[in-house]
Amino acid sequence: MAKIFVENKPYEVDAKQNLLHACLSLGFDLPYFCWHPALGSVGACRQCAVKQFKNEQDITGKLTMACMAPASEGTRISIQDADAAEFRRAVIQGLMLNHPHDCPVCDEGGECHLQDMTVMTGHSHRTYNSPKRTFKNQYLGPFINHEMNRCIQCQRCVRYYREYAGGDDLNAFRLRDTVFFGRAEDGVLENEFSGNLVEVCPTGVFTDATLKHHYTRKWDLQMAPSVCTHCALGCNTTVGERYGSMRRVVNRYNHEVNGYFLCDRGRFGYEFTNSPARLKEPMMRGAVVSKSAALESITVGGRAIGIGSPRASLESNYALRQLVGAERFYAGVSGAEGTAVAAALSILKSGAVPSASLLDVEQADGVLVLGEDVLNVAPLMALRLRQSLRNAPMRAAKKFNIPPWLDHAVREMVQDQQGPLFIASPYATKLDAVATATERAAPDDIARLGFAIANAIDRGAPEVAELSEETRTLAASIAHALLGAERPLVISGASCLSTAVVEAAAQVAWALHRQGRAQTRIAFTMPEANTFGLALLESKTLADALKEDGIDTAIVLENDLFRRAPEHLVREFFEKVPHVVVLDCLPTLTTAAAEFVLPAGTAAETSGTLVNSEGRAQRFLRAFVPSGSVQESWRWIRDIAVAGGRTDCAWQTLDQIIAAMAQDCPALREVPEAAPARDEAGKIAREPDRYSGRTSMLANITVHEPKPPQDVDSALAFSMESGFRPAPAPLIPFFWAPGWNSIQATNKYQTEVGGPLRGGDPGTRLVAASVQAAEYFREIPAAFRPAAGEWLVCPAFHIFGSEELSRHAPGIAELTPKPYIALNPVDAEVLGLHAGDAVQVTLDGVTGVVPAILRADLPRGVACLPAGLPPFEGCALPSPGKLALAKPEFSVRGTP
Amino acid sequence: MATITERPLTSRLRQDREPVLAEEYERAGGYQGLRAALRMAPNEVTDLVKRSHLCGRGGAGFPTGMKWSFVPMGKDAPHPKYLVANADEMEPGTFKDRALMEGDPHQLIEGMAIAAYAIEADIAFIFLRGEYQLSARRLTQALAEAYERHYLGRNILGSGYSLEMYLHISAGRYICGEETALLNALEGKRAHPRAKPPFPQVSGLFGKPTIVQNVETLCNLPHIVSKGAEWFLGLSPTGEGGTKLFGVSGKVKKPGLWELPLGAPLRELLEEHAGGMRDGTRFRGVLPGGASTDFLVDEHLDTPMDYAHVAKAGSRLGTGTMVVLDDQTCPVGMVWNLEHFFAQESCGWCTPCWSGLGWTEKILLAMEEGTAVQHDLEILKFQPKFMAPGNTFCAFAPGAMEPLQSALKYFGDDFQRHIKEKRCPWR
Amino acid sequence: MLSPEVVTELLSVEEREEIEAEAAHYPVRRAVCIDAMLIVQRHRGWVSDESLGAIAELLGMSTADLDGIATFYNLIRRRPVGRHVAMLCDSVSCWIMGYNRVRDHLCKQLGVPMGGTTADNRFTLLPIVCLGACDRAPAMMIDGELYTDLDEQRINTLLERCE
Ligand SMILES: Cc1cc2nc3c(=O)[nH]c(=O)nc-3n(C[C@H](O)[C@H](O)[C@H](O)COP(=O)(O)O)c2cc1C
Ligand code: SF4
Ligand code: FES
Repeated sequence: MAKIFVENKPYEVDAKQNLLHACLSLGFDLPYFCWHPALGSVGACRQCAVKQFKNEQDITGKLTMACMAPASEGTRISIQDADAAEFRRAVIQGLMLNHPHDCPVCDEGGECHLQDMTVMTGHSHRTYNSPKRTFKNQYLGPFINHEMNRCIQCQRCVRYYREYAGGDDLNAFRLRDTVFFGRAEDGVLENEFSGNLVEVCPTGVFTDATLKHHYTRKWDLQMAPSVCTHCALGCNTTVGERYGSMRRVVNRYNHEVNGYFLCDRGRFGYEFTNSPARLKEPMMRGAVVSKSAALESITVGGRAIGIGSPRASLESNYALRQLVGAERFYAGVSGAEGTAVAAALSILKSGAVPSASLLDVEQADGVLVLGEDVLNVAPLMALRLRQSLRNAPMRAAKKFNIPPWLDHAVREMVQDQQGPLFIASPYATKLDAVATATERAAPDDIARLGFAIANAIDRGAPEVAELSEETRTLAASIAHALLGAERPLVISGASCLSTAVVEAAAQVAWALHRQGRAQTRIAFTMPEANTFGLALLESKTLADALKEDGIDTAIVLENDLFRRAPEHLVREFFEKVPHVVVLDCLPTLTTAAAEFVLPAGTAAETSGTLVNSEGRAQRFLRAFVPSGSVQESWRWIRDIAVAGGRTDCAWQTLDQIIAAMAQDCPALREVPEAAPARDEAGKIAREPDRYSGRTSMLANITVHEPKPPQDVDSALAFSMESGFRPAPAPLIPFFWAPGWNSIQATNKYQTEVGGPLRGGDPGTRLVAASVQAAEYFREIPAAFRPAAGEWLVCPAFHIFGSEELSRHAPGIAELTPKPYIALNPVDAEVLGLHAGDAVQVTLDGVTGVVPAILRADLPRGVACLPAGLPPFEGCALPSPGKLALAKPEFSVRGTP
Repeated sequence: MATITERPLTSRLRQDREPVLAEEYERAGGYQGLRAALRMAPNEVTDLVKRSHLCGRGGAGFPTGMKWSFVPMGKDAPHPKYLVANADEMEPGTFKDRALMEGDPHQLIEGMAIAAYAIEADIAFIFLRGEYQLSARRLTQALAEAYERHYLGRNILGSGYSLEMYLHISAGRYICGEETALLNALEGKRAHPRAKPPFPQVSGLFGKPTIVQNVETLCNLPHIVSKGAEWFLGLSPTGEGGTKLFGVSGKVKKPGLWELPLGAPLRELLEEHAGGMRDGTRFRGVLPGGASTDFLVDEHLDTPMDYAHVAKAGSRLGTGTMVVLDDQTCPVGMVWNLEHFFAQESCGWCTPCWSGLGWTEKILLAMEEGTAVQHDLEILKFQPKFMAPGNTFCAFAPGAMEPLQSALKYFGDDFQRHIKEKRCPWR
Repeated sequence: MLSPEVVTELLSVEEREEIEAEAAHYPVRRAVCIDAMLIVQRHRGWVSDESLGAIAELLGMSTADLDGIATFYNLIRRRPVGRHVAMLCDSVSCWIMGYNRVRDHLCKQLGVPMGGTTADNRFTLLPIVCLGACDRAPAMMIDGELYTDLDEQRINTLLERCE
């Protein structure tokens, strides 16, 4: 800490930070552009000028850019100083010279940092009367709209895109007052985190192209705190609605989870909610029926089973389990997935190494990835992992007294140095470009490498038999690097569906821990938004359910079983079960096969709890009441129960079901802590103060303003009226502060800028490491030997396409790859295959024909299919398969 | 007529404008400085240069020896360390380094080798502006000769010290002359300046300790090492040490370049060396050290041309190459030409510079075209305040403001006339 | 992205050898990119999109990376030029010494505005900043050779010399 003086008053601030950071953390309004809490300082815009004085006697002072000056002990500054204020006004005037007068028609209007800062500095009159410079805009793909005339050259976009997110297809071109920020030519932005440009750009150059299709003024959005459901990381989001449809998703800051950013799947995948195919009304044998008719016809007797879902909320899964009884509740995941996930969960609970938050990932300084394509499976983890690579080299900068926030100075000193990162995976991943070393191998060999590393770290860990000299050397060098780290991290997960890989990852982490690396962390990526939540309910898997005989009724919760098991097995199952009830939001092959279909709400339309891959329970709250009969699945299940005369499942509110769940399931005891209950938090408006049109929205139907719907589930109201501000962190519907209408208002909600939200970051950890170290695993798989004529077919993950729901968003669909099978060119030669040839693939009893692509990075004997995409989305991969040259007409089943 | 004492930097230059090559250079005492330096310890060389008070000739005038003393030395110092000769010379009105490189390339190479030795550099670059193709050819030839004669390369003259020296041809842009922007250019990046601190001495080229030094500064080193600090200090009447290349361009009778003691009076330069104003023209002012220095006028003609005196007169010695404004030339037009240059060359990094210079240029053009209004003058007057030192990211924009602010001071009436008469009175 | 074969096709052996020789001077490959563009330009007069792509590929950078750099520097030409390139200094000393007159004469003689290329592709006329020949202003550079003390007469002679 340091004592600084602002307007001659003393304040305690973080001495390791700069003055802008200090001023904002103290709550002062000091305008800025080029600085961003996650990007640091580069001193380009010169907007944050303050007057700095040498000492108490100095009354002249000197202008200083607050973002470039350290908040060192005794610093004396003035923000109000007339020279500083005048200079800041002049800077804004300069930025506005070429800026179009298009606020009334600009997408950014009302949420524009440039607008806010212009007002803050008091610049209101344009004296510039020469022509403005103009640019041609580019087509940047389905997500981002480009309007370069609005640019103020703050450099944030390229700094974020290139230096932070690692993209290289966006750049600054030319110089002086005509710098152009864009691509070398029109085309889809290649980086998976391009959507953050929308929030990083302080004005309307990069805007949300999906929002543009159904545009709404930002102040007309009804918003709520939500959690992204498109992977297991559980990034916090703010979702916005207008006229009953979802309009957009923006980042909701959570220091420990997603920080300031989202991935493009999470930001743009939301459009599935607006899909015209949405299920809106109950259906019985394909025909729409009334809610009561449906409920009357569904009977749940003693021979009913429930199949849960890793993408449904804890509440809905719990409700189904209560309805059918714990022993007849099955997790709707494949057997292999169930085993791998359970192994991961048990490691996090019984081992001494805690699971890593994404903040931990960013703070790591030596990382081993075992068996994961982090970018495509857990995108935001890859973004934060990328930042961690700077930690080790940045120590050199510290030696020369270059503070970490002095962004370009650090980058110039560090140059291309990266901290240790080792990636072992079945195929080359995008992060490989920044890895110290990579290894391409089949899952068993990945596990063996992991076990060998553990053994090299701690001789107490079992040795790996018949290890090649190369692997031994590699293991030794990785072990050495990880031991040299202060905060080593091991990342693994269920992508290889291999318990051995998961255990090997744990073994490495435990070995480090035993060698005194107390800050070791382990991160398991998980397949879906609530995979861990479902696993905490400890149930048998779908494979067991499919084997059951004598079932009357199967209730399937938000789950397309054809994605969980080979098609023929699912069909057989449906044939033998007379009554199938499916709850879901979109039609699937499963809903098509059901007797009853009940329309379930999506995350934006419902409230509930998800447990992310860190083991953190997080609450999401509905932004709006969906149209039709759509409601939370747990409410449908309750309705079925109540219609059947059950009294033990009659929960009326979210808080009631949460309380019941916490009481019933010891593993879920802490779930109520994830967010305050309805009665604990007063009344919080979902609508901003300037929300407009309330009285006229339904004027074509009635001139009376209807009573807004009541929300019995949370403290949030469908209204502009708020009880008190600020809302508790987990219930913040949007960030806003007087004078701060853009997402930059986040500053006002943090304990210090870039730090935790006031009152603590949302969510509560359900999984804690044990105090006692677990025993090492002793079972080590044998080396992978491809069987003649057989390939180990592994899943290749695609950020756009592999996830089920987001694929229904048009933008994501556009970027989803076409079906393929990838194999090593040498293997292809053996088969007499060329790139583009049709290959008949047979695995798990499913046969399909897909075109071949050749990838030299694949190990011999390993082939890859795009994960989650037809025609093999039901096969649990990896799995052994046969390949053969086929006739060129592809028989690819269409997407449902 | 002032007596010209010694001309260490230019005495070897040949009348026929052909370069002094290795043999001739050696015959005239060349590479003796390097030999002497190699017999000293590196820090002794630095001390010697410190004692000589040699200051940078690239414009900023920072003491050279002092700059070197910030470079981490010894076994733990990061390597490779770099030395860069700043041969970007793009400041309008400046034409001194070219003469040194074209005429006496070995002098620069020797100076660089000495500087590199003093900071224990491993690699040296000559950062040469692209238009200087003749310099490039001659330096390339001289470099080959120097390697051949073991003044460069491994184990120089058996001293155990090794140095690689390369010529880098720049692709243009004035900002590349700014030493940190130069480093980005050398790294193959967009040439935005870097934040200081950290200074290049600590974290420079490729993140390693680096010294950037102007060509003329470096050319002084062989002489300082051979003849000593006392000798160097004694060269200038005002005690700042050494000689300086001075140039005069504009409507004088004999525009040209001369080596004179630092501190030679401005009047002597203009009237004796440059032969005074051309017939039919009168002196109105002069940019004493290139485009980014404040005008000096009649009252300053007796200023001794050294760092301190020119600063006292309200300007900067800069590069020591001056541009004369005469009464047949429109001062507003001249300032417009200068600001047009600066506006074109702004790297685009910081707002005051890219926005302020663009606007400044447009207003000056409007004045020249007769479309400017009174309020424009107010805006113009504000710009030097807006782009004052410290307000911008680097020294480029404040430099750009120097001719403008002094023109507004000394030629204010001319600006007024452009507005009142709605035309340029000189056209 | 271009394949290595295409790069081989798009850059000549000499060009690649010169680039590799320069690259040896720097600790990272991409640092040589400006030299590389100048080398290609020396051979071809300008840097076309194809050349740019090939250089980017050779140095392991994206085209956006390289073009961002190319468009920063004024001596890298991203548009074709005539057989001869005349660069006329428009900075302060030359301006004082009659730049306007010389420019108008040049434009008239060549029949193109500043920045233009003659219809027969013989000349491209470009402005350039101070050529460091202020004491012999006005000055210009034709194909890298410096010419000073320009007047109408001298310009005519110079132009005649260029085929
Ligand atoms: C915009 C700008 C352009 C500059 N151009 C040059 C230049 O062309 N040559 C040069 O030697 N110094 C130039 N300098 C000064 C350098 O930044 C640096 O101070 C100098 O090279 C250091 O060498 P010296 O101490 O030997 O003068 C320039 C500075 C600025 C701000
Ligand atoms: S003053 Fe600013 S914009 Fe201008 S050259 Fe320096 S850094 Fe670039
Ligand atoms: S925020 Fe400080 S200079 Fe841009």
